Amino acid sequence: MDELFPFIIAKYNYWASLILLFIGLYGMIAKNNLMKKIIGMVIFQTAILLFYVSIGVKRGGTIPILEFGADHQPLLDATAYANPLPHVLMLTAIVVGVGTLGVALTILQKIQRVHGTIEEDEVLEDLRQ
Amino acid sequence: MIEQAPALIVIIPLLAALLLIPATPLGPRFAYGLLVTALAATLAAALATLNLVMVANEAVHYRMGDWLPPHGIELVIDHLSGVVLVLVSGCALLTAIYSRQSAEQDNPDRLNQYYALFALLVTGLLGMTATGDVFNLYVLLEISALSSYGLLARGRGPAYYATFKYLVVGTIGACFYLLGVGYIYIMTGSLNMADLAEILSRPELQESMSVKIGFTLIIIGVWIKMALFPLHAWMPNAYSKAGTTTACLVAPLMTKVSIYIMIRLMFSVFSVDYVFGVIPWHHLVSWLAVAAIVVGSLTALAQQDLRKMLAYIIVAEVGYMVGGAWLANEAGLTGAIYHILSDALMTLCLFMAVGAIIYRTGKSSAAAMEGLFAKMPITAAVFVLGWFSIIGIPPTCGFFSKWYLISGGIEAGHWAYVAALLFSSLINAVIFFRLIEIAYFGNFATHDGHHAAPARNEAPFTMLLPMVVTAALLIMVGLYTSEIITALVGKAIPPGL
Repeated sequence: MDELFPFIIAKYNYWASLILLFIGLYGMIAKNNLMKKIIGMVIFQTAILLFYVSIGVKRGGTIPILEFGADHQPLLDATAYANPLPHVLMLTAIVVGVGTLGVALTILQKIQRVHGTIEEDEVLEDLRQ
Repeated sequence: MIEQAPALIVIIPLLAALLLIPATPLGPRFAYGLLVTALAATLAAALATLNLVMVANEAVHYRMGDWLPPHGIELVIDHLSGVVLVLVSGCALLTAIYSRQSAEQDNPDRLNQYYALFALLVTGLLGMTATGDVFNLYVLLEISALSSYGLLARGRGPAYYATFKYLVVGTIGACFYLLGVGYIYIMTGSLNMADLAEILSRPELQESMSVKIGFTLIIIGVWIKMALFPLHAWMPNAYSKAGTTTACLVAPLMTKVSIYIMIRLMFSVFSVDYVFGVIPWHHLVSWLAVAAIVVGSLTALAQQDLRKMLAYIIVAEVGYMVGGAWLANEAGLTGAIYHILSDALMTLCLFMAVGAIIYRTGKSSAAAMEGLFAKMPITAAVFVLGWFSIIGIPPTCGFFSKWYLISGGIEAGHWAYVAALLFSSLINAVIFFRLIEIAYFGNFATHDGHHAAPARNEAPFTMLLPMVVTAALLIMVGLYTSEIITALVGKAIPPGL
């Protein structure tokens, strides 16, 4: 146990996104309600967003906007700023996630209209007939 | 102008998609004309680019906005991606010509929106093929996936649930890919493929656990997207419930582009030595391929619905190509790359023929084949040629790709893979003769016992033309196999294999 806690604490951001990842995967696989499947999917995507955002952090690093020192010279020290690239990538991934969610909800609405339900077993029952 | 061709490949279909929505008041004829013109221009740009690559005999790099890599995003077109670009834009053009009647029938109210999604899907597929940046690849993967969800859901009724399943599984696949890219990014700090290849070849990263996990996640993500057994469950329903045109566009191209991406990532980002030397599970993949071939073929045999049958045959074909790529020898990879070409053409050919049969008979079960040779002789001929290629009868290209795959299997000493390929050919032949029996001798006798020859009811010209062109291409590609292999496919084989 003495080694386990430091092991978890040292990389707690990875553990957090890993737990979220599995919660999302569980929701997508185990839940019968299609809406809950979508919620699981969104949790799954969000876990990856958090994973990426957390890897851009640097100890003591500030927001990546160029700062000027007392002599009005720009501070060109890369270690002073958080890495902006993962954040920018995740802006794109958020847009993709919103798009996927929109399409998923639209299709879910159509399923509800055609089959009269969003419970997976009832939809399958309806399809069999 | 000609040096801008690589960018035009992606930009033309994107602009067409944007133009199609405001062009709605101009009517369906204009939308059809715009789509076909745009895709013809895309094909011309793809051919020009392939020509550039062949003349220079090296990869063409196009820097978007002249930002230098690794910071800017570049398009990289080499012999492999050049061929796939021509293939994708050609198949898309043929499908667009084919869609004249069926797309309007399937989408009487929203034809322009449908065509816009069509063009967006083509944009995504072409972009995935051309890009030289792993994150850009993810975005384009999602563009093509999102537009394919929209297209497949237009099949109505049971298509909604099938598409929903595809959407959930497809998102898992893309997320696995993204997570894998994250692992690689943490270790390398780069996203450009060429830059990644250089950094990943350094000895200190060879044994890194993070890179291995990243590679595994990326490959699993791509496998989900290409419907490799046992990750294929979403695919047959999604493809068989879709509209006619959608099935013709999505079924041949989505899986093939995913296989191209697998090969690209395996050998251009990682390397032959890494995949076959460091990754501990590489020899298991060809067994997965064997399982995919056997299960896909047997399930296809059990199907009554024509398009579902074809979808399961695609599951088996994916096994062919994945197996060939992971055999770790030159013949196997040559076969896999050449099979991308021939399989796209033959599935396109068959889906078009089946689409025409469904269009005329309104049925998609095997019973729709009854009296086909009398009713639709040209469609029947195209159908037979497509099946010849699936079975692997010379001179169709299916024979030559299977030949390379089998010789790759023999060279690697992987007898189970060779046996699975032959077994699959046999099963395909059985299915073929079953269908032909229905087509020739099915009970289309009239009720009073006479054999009344059914009236000739051939598919419309806009359907026949692309079908016949595809069938002719099957033979042409087959006849020019050695030229294609030496001039294009052979140059795409990475050194050291």
